[in-house]
Order: sequence, then C-alpha cells, then structure tokens
Amino acid sequence: MTQAPLLRRITDHSSRADPYPLYEELRRTPVLHEEEGGPYVVSSYYDILGLLHDPRVSSDAANLAAAGDDELSGPEATGLPPSFLRLDPPEHDRLRRIANSSFGPPHRPRRIDSMRGELAGIVTGLVDGFGDARQIDLVDQFAYPFPVTVICRLLGVPREDEPRFRGWVDPVVAALDPDTRQGGDAGFRRTVQEARMQLGMYLAGLVEQRAREPRDDMLSDLAAGHGPGGSMSTMEVLSTAVLLLIAGHETTVNLIANGMLTLLRHPECLHRLREDPGLSVRVVEELLRYEPPVQLVPQRTCIADIELRGVTIPRESRIWLVLAAGNRDPERFRDPDRFDPDREDLEHLGFGSGIHICFGAPLARLEAQLALAELARRLDGPRLVEDPPPYRSNAVLRGPRHLHVAVDAVRPSEAVYF
Amino acid sequence: MPGEEFHEWLRREGRIVIVGASLAGLTAAESLRAGGFAGSLTLIGDEPHEPYDRPPLSKAVLLGRASPEHTELPRRREIDAAWRLGVAATGLDMAAKRVRLADGEEVPYDRLLIATGVRARPWPKEEEARLDGVFVLRTRDDAVRLHRRMAAPPRRVFVVGAGFTGSEIASACRDRGIAVTVAERADGPLVGALGGVVGAVAAELHRDNGVDLRTGVMVTGLEGDTTGRVRAAHLSDGGVVETDVVVVSLGATRNTDWLAGSGLGAGPRGIACDAGCRAFDFRGIVTDDVFVAGDVARSPHPLFGYQFLSLEHWGNAVAQAEVAAHNMISASADRRPHLWVPAFWSSQFGVNIKSVGVPTMGEEIMITQGSLAERRFVGVYGHRGRVIAAVSFDNTRWLEFYQRQIETGAPFPVEYRTVDRRPEGRKPVPADFPDPSLPTHGPTVTLSGYSPADRRLVFTPARH
Repeated sequence: MTQAPLLRRITDHSSRADPYPLYEELRRTPVLHEEEGGPYVVSSYYDILGLLHDPRVSSDAANLAAAGDDELSGPEATGLPPSFLRLDPPEHDRLRRIANSSFGPPHRPRRIDSMRGELAGIVTGLVDGFGDARQIDLVDQFAYPFPVTVICRLLGVPREDEPRFRGWVDPVVAALDPDTRQGGDAGFRRTVQEARMQLGMYLAGLVEQRAREPRDDMLSDLAAGHGPGGSMSTMEVLSTAVLLLIAGHETTVNLIANGMLTLLRHPECLHRLREDPGLSVRVVEELLRYEPPVQLVPQRTCIADIELRGVTIPRESRIWLVLAAGNRDPERFRDPDRFDPDREDLEHLGFGSGIHICFGAPLARLEAQLALAELARRLDGPRLVEDPPPYRSNAVLRGPRHLHVAVDAVRPSEAVYF
Repeated sequence: MPGEEFHEWLRREGRIVIVGASLAGLTAAESLRAGGFAGSLTLIGDEPHEPYDRPPLSKAVLLGRASPEHTELPRRREIDAAWRLGVAATGLDMAAKRVRLADGEEVPYDRLLIATGVRARPWPKEEEARLDGVFVLRTRDDAVRLHRRMAAPPRRVFVVGAGFTGSEIASACRDRGIAVTVAERADGPLVGALGGVVGAVAAELHRDNGVDLRTGVMVTGLEGDTTGRVRAAHLSDGGVVETDVVVVSLGATRNTDWLAGSGLGAGPRGIACDAGCRAFDFRGIVTDDVFVAGDVARSPHPLFGYQFLSLEHWGNAVAQAEVAAHNMISASADRRPHLWVPAFWSSQFGVNIKSVGVPTMGEEIMITQGSLAERRFVGVYGHRGRVIAAVSFDNTRWLEFYQRQIETGAPFPVEYRTVDRRPEGRKPVPADFPDPSLPTHGPTVTLSGYSPADRRLVFTPARH
C-alpha cells in the first residue's frame, strides 16, 4: 500500500486535531520536496529562522503567481493592490512603516497599552454574558467576539456591522488554506474575489467618512495621509485595512481557543493561572510555541538558488515554512512536546521573524493574556465536553471550530479591575 | 593536584578576583555563580558606582529621556561578592597571585579576570583639556557633567571627532535644538569604522539635520577666556569656531597602565589572550590563571585570519565574559572558544545603524539591498573573495543572514538576486577605508553546522 504524500496528509482535515506527529515525520526530511512543481517544505527551527531573514526569499504575490500558484488575491483579481504582507521592500517597508506610525513605537508607543482597561472590560462583559449556563462554547461566545470587538474598536469599524463583513471575511480566510486552494474550483475563486471586493468597498465608505470627520482610530490616521511615515494612496489604505481587519481577529481567536484547550488539558497550569494571573505572560509565550495560531507560512518564493542541508532549492520555487514544526524541534527546545510555561529559553517562531514578523503581536499578546487570566479566574470546575474538539478546516490558521466547556458555575466579576 | 581535582576544589572554595566592575565584570561574576562557583568572589572597580550601562549615556541620557543615575545594569542573579568600588587596581604580582589596590591593600587570587575596559582618550594638550567646558563622554560622571551643561543650554557645542560617540552626541544636540559643529580629520563621519562609501551617507545625515560638519580638518587648539572657560576651537584650515562646550570624542585608550611591569602581555592595544580568554605573558606564553574579557582584551579570531581583534562592543563584552567565566572554572577539555562574530549598533539622527563582522577588513562594498540615497540599505564588505562584514542603515532585520554568510565564508561579490536590489548594487565599489589592512594569504576557516549546538570550525588549507 502506498501512503499519501506527507504534505497531503498534513493539509488533510483529519489531521487537524493533532498534526504534531506528522510534523515530527516532516522534520526527518528537513527540506521536503515531494511532487514536481510542489513547494519545498522546511520544518527545522534554525532553517526556518534562516529563511525568514534571507533576502533571496520573496513574499511578493507577483513572484508567487509566477511560481505557478493559483493566486487568489492578485491585484487584477480584486482591484485591490496587495497588502504589505504580500510585498517585498521597499514597498513593504514603506506601507508597514506608515501603518505602524498609527499603532506602535516610536510614534504611538502607548496605543496598545492604553487599551488595557477597555480590553479588560470587554473580556469581563463577555464572561458576564455566560450567565447561569452550565455549558459554554468558548469559541462562539468568547474567543471569536473578543478580538473582533477589539480590532473594530482599534480600526474604527462599527462593531454592529460584524454580521455584514463576516460573510466576506470567511471566504478570504478559507482561501489562505492550501488544501482549499488545491481543490478550489472557479466558483470558489469567484466567491473569494467578490468577498475581498465587497470588504474593500465597505471599508472605502468608512475611510471616506473618517477623512471628513477623524476620530481616535487607525482608519482616521490612515485616511489623514500625512503621518510621520508618509502617506498611502486610497487603494493602499483599503488593502491595509482589509489585512488588519482579517489578521486582527482570525489569528487571535485561535490563540485564545487553543490556549484554553491546552490549559484544560493541563489542569495544574490552569490552577496556577487562576492563583496568579501574572503567569498569563509566560503561558501565552509558551502557547505561541506549543500551539501557534499560524501553523505555517505558505506564501514565500525564492528568487535565487538556495542551498540548504545539501539540497538546492532552485530559484522561483515556492517555499513553505512550517513554524509549528520548528517550534517543536528538539534541536532547539528541550522536551519540545511538553507544555511548560516555566521554560526559560523561549524564542519561538509563533509570530514569525524578520521583516514580516507579526505586526499585531503586542495586541495579540495582551488580548490572550487578559482573556486566559479572566477565564481561569471565573470558570469554576471547567472541563472539556469533547476532546479533541471539532476543528476548523484551515491548516494554516488552525484552531477549534467550537470549544464546548462544561462548568459548575461562572463566578461574578470583581467590582474593580485595573 | 590532577586537573579535575583542582577544578573541583576551585569551584568549591577557590578565590576569584575580577578587576573591572562594568558590563564584562558583572556578567562574568553572574556566569561564575550560574556555573556553580561557590568560592569567594571579589569585584574591584575604580568608579564608585555599581555596574551601569554605557550605551544610553550618549543617547537617552543626553536627550534628557533617562537619568544618568538610573542606568544600572539589571542583575540576573545574586552574586554574593565582596565589592571594592571606588578603588583602582594599581598593580599585579603574577608570581604571588596578588592584585595591588590604590589604597595599599593586596587581594590574593587563585584565578584572576581582567575586565578593566577602556577610558576616553583625553584632549592631548593638558592645559586646554583643563578648560571649563571641555568634556569627554565615557562614564556616568562624564554624562552627568555634560548633561548639566547642556541643560543651560550652550550657544554652540563643538564635537572633536565624528566616530560613533561623536555622531551620537551631535545627534542629541540637534534633537535638543542646540547648534553643533563637528570636526573630523577624515572625509566624513564613521569613515574609520565603515569606510568612505558609508561615511558619505553619514555626512549627508549630519548636514540634513543641521550639523555644521567640517571634514578633512584637524583641531589645532582650544582657546580659553580669561576666566578659564573655553571660548573657541581653532582648525587646521584656519577656521575658528566660537563655542562654549567642547566634547572630545577621539576614541578610547585601553586601561592597561596598571599592568606595567607585571610581565603580562599588556600594552596600549590591550591585553593579548587566546581564544579561550587566557592572557598571554609578554613572552607569548599563555597563563593558566589570568583571564581577560571585554574591551581590554585582544584575541585571535579564526574567521578573520586569526587576527587579534579588540572590540569595543557591548555584545562582545557579554559573550566574552561568559566564555571566560566558564573556562576559569573548567578543565581544559571542557573549555569553550570565544567565537563571537563582532556586532555593533548605533542610533543617530533617527537612523538605526548596525554592523556585523569586521568592516575595516573589507576592500570593497556592495549595496545588496535598498539604496544609499534613501539611507535605508544593507552594504556587504568583501575581503579576498569572501563576505567579511555587513552594515545596515534602518534595515537591521536582514543582518542575521549576512552574519551567516560571514560565518560560512560565503563568496564575494554577492552575485545572487536579493529583494530590493537596485541597479547601484550590482557591482562592488572600493570600500574606501583610510588605512586598508594588509591582505594576508592565509587559509580559509569557516563555521559550519545548522545550529549553535553543532557548530564546528572547518579548516581549509590554502592552495599553492
């Protein structure tokens, strides 16, 4: 009997609950190239880190299309130019710098930290909303609505429009899944193009409004177009806004859901977190290693031959960097399959590295820390209703579709926080 | 005593003395304790302060964003040491294994670590150097004095020397709206460290930020008024610049004077030691109980033709102190080499500058990413067909890649495609150092292996 290629087994939905044994198999061939025209898959920590800093590796969507990928988000497909996630320097640097001037240091060093109280309030409100229920879906009732509310607030998108844009976000996110792309038919592609277009048009309306009446949000800053880093064209503002809106909630939902799932599987850690909310910093860092919300980066191409572990990756090849496999590389982390928030040496690949290192990392960290600490504190006797839970189909942005948790009680919120 | 037994005894109850209580000294002390050293530990420092961090002194402190009193180095662990602060070491008796202190006391040791670092090179004319308003910037006390004077504020600051420190001081002045003149003997700032191609970019950076930059000139004298305050600087081109604050930043002098006559291989260029941080005596014989780390050390590096490198780099001080500490309490088979690839950073005029490798060995430079005109670029230096160094302006995140190229002896020129390669970056140009190092016809040595855990040196003999 011949076994299916390893890559197909990894992207296959049945592997979603526990892909780690497959990643271990993957690391045995550190540079895997299974099929003619298929990607070169890299899975060891130091190799991934090296390629994330390698100027012969391009993130440019145009290079990816040239390498034979079914590109779904190219400019001609949607009318929107690629976001900085899909660009190389100097354009990447320019757009990211402008976006950052409204988000983090040096120009807005306190933007995220100043949202701490507001974020804590949202978390408290969502847990209050569980009411007297004895069973909760932590995805639908918590892990999804929390980051959506936050990114809407940060960007300046009305929270009540969520049902409207969720219908556009879902197909765009599904298109990031390599398995869907292999099987994606023309109809699916049209749906995705249409969704991105709709999302862009929806945001265009908001941007226009903010240009007239600025508020304290990122859309207003981007629309104002005279920040310290320079200005973006209207189309660039729109693709940046689409990127931030999607990335801002489709990743954090998994970090929180994977986090609660992991804690429920490690009750001693959950107990410690309940006693000491400060532990949430270490818990979240270890989660980013142990169960990273972005499992792999499938969007890179090499623009020159690259020698790696005796293999020549020819120019114009697609390269997949399996961050989640690198995070469990025993060459880098001792006892890598153990969840251990006390680890001292924890330079994980959960947020990537190099120039494309996660833009929203400080926000994601804060959200997950607040969320997990509050759940640990307020859920009495939490236990998994099913283990493993059902997973979303996406192999890149991996996480539970639902996380049903039974509880004895939900404790009342404390009167004072922060 | 057989080696193993001796080291067991040393770890248990030996006496270790560290001369120099700054970054390298403190790091070594912490590493010794982390490595299981349970004996007595003495730290000797000539400054009265507990170990503090120096990089902020020419940046955040001058800008008034950090107080000079609050730059203590963070303590990673308890070190349980006897501190002798504010007392300089004045002599070393290697035969009797004792360090002499300025107060007459003698401190015995079984193992000694010398981490006395460097001091700012003063203005050579002593009388002029004593004028009120003439400063150097190396220590916390220097920073306090300069900061206080800049708060006044002065009508104009005059900086002698446009190396990294001089440039950072000029940048801080402009940030605070203070007029500043910088005089540099070379054709541009940073030329000595990064060559003329990069120096030209640095010169534009100075001028665009309103610095009155004078290149290709020497300062011939500092003039005081009748009250002993500095009032002007005289230049070799006949120019006179009126000023009320002069900062002399002419590099550093190694603190080795106290070792004169000790028999140690110590001189103006530092203290020579092997790759395991053991000091050489003046006969070229390696000692077994005197170790060296930090700015004062000179050690041979296999990646750079076994040249003795002395590095005034923050990261080097930490890495070398860790290796020295480990080797001081380990038997020879367990010792580690100090194979740190030089890395340096500076921030000035809002630009982050970082370099890896040894740029001064480069004969040519190639701009492999970005553009000099935009002041966002990566420049790669080549030495005899190999990548020997790289420098970045606002492009730090790529440097890890180039460090790997240096470590593996990758070929130069860089022929492969890179993202953001501009037409100007297709061909190497002379790096334009004022004093190019002599080419050597040595063998090639590279670091190989995929992870730090399996790093090894590969020696490829030269072909005839």
